[in-house]
Amino acid sequence: MSTTQVLIAGFGGQGILFAGKFLAYAGLLQGRNVSWLPSYGPEMRGGTANCSVILSDTQVGSPIVGRPDILIAMNLPSLDKYESEAPAGASIFVDSSLVARKVQRTDVNVYYIPATQISNEKGYQTLANMILMGHVIAKTGVIPKEMIAPAMKKVVSARHADLLDKNIEAVQLGIDY
Amino acid sequence: MADKILMKGNEALAEAAIMAGCRHYFGYPITPQTEVAAYMAKRMPKIGGCFLQAESEIAAINMCIGAAAAGKRAMTSSSSPGISLKSEGISYMAGCDLPALIVNVQRGGPGLGGIQPSQSDYFQATRGGGHGDYHLLVLAPSSVQEMADLVATGFDLAEKYRMPCMLLADGTMGQMMEPVELKERQEAPVEKPWALTGTEGKRKPNIINSLALEPQELEKWNEERFKRYDIVRENEQMSQSYCMEDAEICVVAFGIAARVSQNAVDMARAKGIKAGMIRPITLWPFPEKALKAAAQQCKAFVSVELNMGQMIEDVRLAIECSRPVSLCCRTGGMIPSPDEVLAAIERAAEGGK
Amino acid sequence: MIVFEKPKALTDAPLHYCPGCTHGIIHRLVAEAIDSLDIAGRTIGVASVGCSVFAYNYFNVDMVQAAHGRAPAVATGVKRADPSKIVFTYQGDGDLASIGTAETVHAAARGENITIIFVNNAIYGMTGGQMAPTSLPGQVTQTSPYGRDVNTVGYPVRICELLATLDGTGYVERVAVNNVKNVRNAKKAIEKAFRRQVEGKGFSLIEVVSTCPTNWGKTPQGALEWLEENMIPYYPLGVYKDKYAEEAAK
Repeated sequence: MSTTQVLIAGFGGQGILFAGKFLAYAGLLQGRNVSWLPSYGPEMRGGTANCSVILSDTQVGSPIVGRPDILIAMNLPSLDKYESEAPAGASIFVDSSLVARKVQRTDVNVYYIPATQISNEKGYQTLANMILMGHVIAKTGVIPKEMIAPAMKKVVSARHADLLDKNIEAVQLGIDY
Repeated sequence: MADKILMKGNEALAEAAIMAGCRHYFGYPITPQTEVAAYMAKRMPKIGGCFLQAESEIAAINMCIGAAAAGKRAMTSSSSPGISLKSEGISYMAGCDLPALIVNVQRGGPGLGGIQPSQSDYFQATRGGGHGDYHLLVLAPSSVQEMADLVATGFDLAEKYRMPCMLLADGTMGQMMEPVELKERQEAPVEKPWALTGTEGKRKPNIINSLALEPQELEKWNEERFKRYDIVRENEQMSQSYCMEDAEICVVAFGIAARVSQNAVDMARAKGIKAGMIRPITLWPFPEKALKAAAQQCKAFVSVELNMGQMIEDVRLAIECSRPVSLCCRTGGMIPSPDEVLAAIERAAEGGK
Repeated sequence: MIVFEKPKALTDAPLHYCPGCTHGIIHRLVAEAIDSLDIAGRTIGVASVGCSVFAYNYFNVDMVQAAHGRAPAVATGVKRADPSKIVFTYQGDGDLASIGTAETVHAAARGENITIIFVNNAIYGMTGGQMAPTSLPGQVTQTSPYGRDVNTVGYPVRICELLATLDGTGYVERVAVNNVKNVRNAKKAIEKAFRRQVEGKGFSLIEVVSTCPTNWGKTPQGALEWLEENMIPYYPLGVYKDKYAEEAAK
């Protein structure tokens, strides 16, 4: 696969943009071409937030992900909005602790993971995003597993260095689920 | 590749400005360019530079005038409604022949409009924006790397020609992250004998002024300035061609529209349509030469824009209306999809409009 | 022996001001202050829009001409570019107290280390005598032909009083140049304002209550009398704020 288009969507505050940045850095460290484009504006404050990430072996054209090969839906409005946009054969990941309904499409691969619940049970509070990313990595191989730690080091700021291990643990939880 | 880091366009351009020797930034918060001000606020005090949050966009551009008049590399940034406010100052800057960099991370208009990406300030940027006979150098980045690279280019050109330069970006360019390599620019410092540095009792006072009540004098000033503009038009047109070698349909697009159009050109090629793209990097001077050459081989042009059709006029003028030019556009903060651009290419290929 | 000389900080260009206009005196006082502090070589002036727009031809220092009302912002840019320079603006009432109110107030609020010479003659002179933000209640102008009606256009703006309320303001004083005593006071005040800047003591503004015989429709002498009888009662002379004197007194 030369180009993977990823769309991560949910509420503001769920770490949507951070998860996207992690993915983009992993691609960059592999020497791939990448782009990361956030939604911006008032929607970030409690409304829906989304983030387009493209990983490609060729130059990235449009940074806007219109037809996601991988869709990660962290709330119901995001699934409602983007389910129909995914092309046949795409992979849709749903945080089943926040989205009650099932994916209606039958021509896509669907993965449910109660990421928020797992995060809460482990006392992480806000690492559902990384648990989902782990699951995405396990099921799609969007980035190689050996890129997880180096990419995480790039995106977890020095100020929050104590969170580095927790984030990596969360990714592992998603892989193992 | 290993040296590249992921940066938002707004931050990359701010850091690039610092690396290009800019130590005087004056700004005012407005979405979607606020990261530029935030970045400068963080960095400038640490490197002995000046970051000042002005009381208004109007004050910010006038502070730039002051610092530029004093011979410094001065910069301000804003988004569409803020650029309207700055337009008075930009006109004075042009009238005073002052170099400075003005960044417009465009959002939808008119009025308060929206905050999503737009290219609807094309006319404002390329026609001057403020009152009077003048032009700005207008550069249009279409990647985060170019958001950085064109900053030094902008300062250099501005100082070379003593013109204000506008970096015309849009919300996506400002907000997106891409790998970027920041290069230290070894500028050969331009002599500024006109700058206000104090006479030190050794020379006659320097006066920076745009007022000439004698019409003969003002006419002469303007004519002299336009002679300089002619040199800029001749020497500084920049564009990038994509798949143009055998292209029959030529897409013309800049900034984010060019990124989307690149996908559409690839899709058209996959369908057997000989499509290509010319991406203006300078919007003023408009890359007329490249378009004129393309008109020799292409049978139709498609102008792709995030506005109701502004650059299309320059495309028509550049090719002297020798080929049909159609418009593919979205406005108000909407971005055309590659499918929409592809459909426009297909229509053009079929001879429709 | 005292020899009468033209200040070195003035050029030889003949002033274009109307007979009886006090701009000429004020220019001279500014130039004398620059000479007396020996700062001409590092002084940069900012001319504004209004009758004094040509100030760049008269002061023998580096000058930049600013858009209407924007001189304090331009001066801010010049000063921030090189804080060792002495930067002053020379503005009229329309420029400073109307279209440039924001720039004025915020330069003061920032405590910008610049000096503003504010010439208040209660009228727009350059455009031919329209109502100014400082025109007096009842004052007849081209755009208040029945006299300034405070019920419809509001009241004059007292800049010194207004700026004195700001913590950023260093020194503000209102002076006049209608008689020898007042000219002497004005000279002292202007020199003090520049000295404060040289000492790095922040924002200073000297308001000079001034005449406009042409647009007031008066003789030069009549204008001076009108100023004495009408302007000064509304715009009382004196120091409105002197942060450093207050601190020194403590």
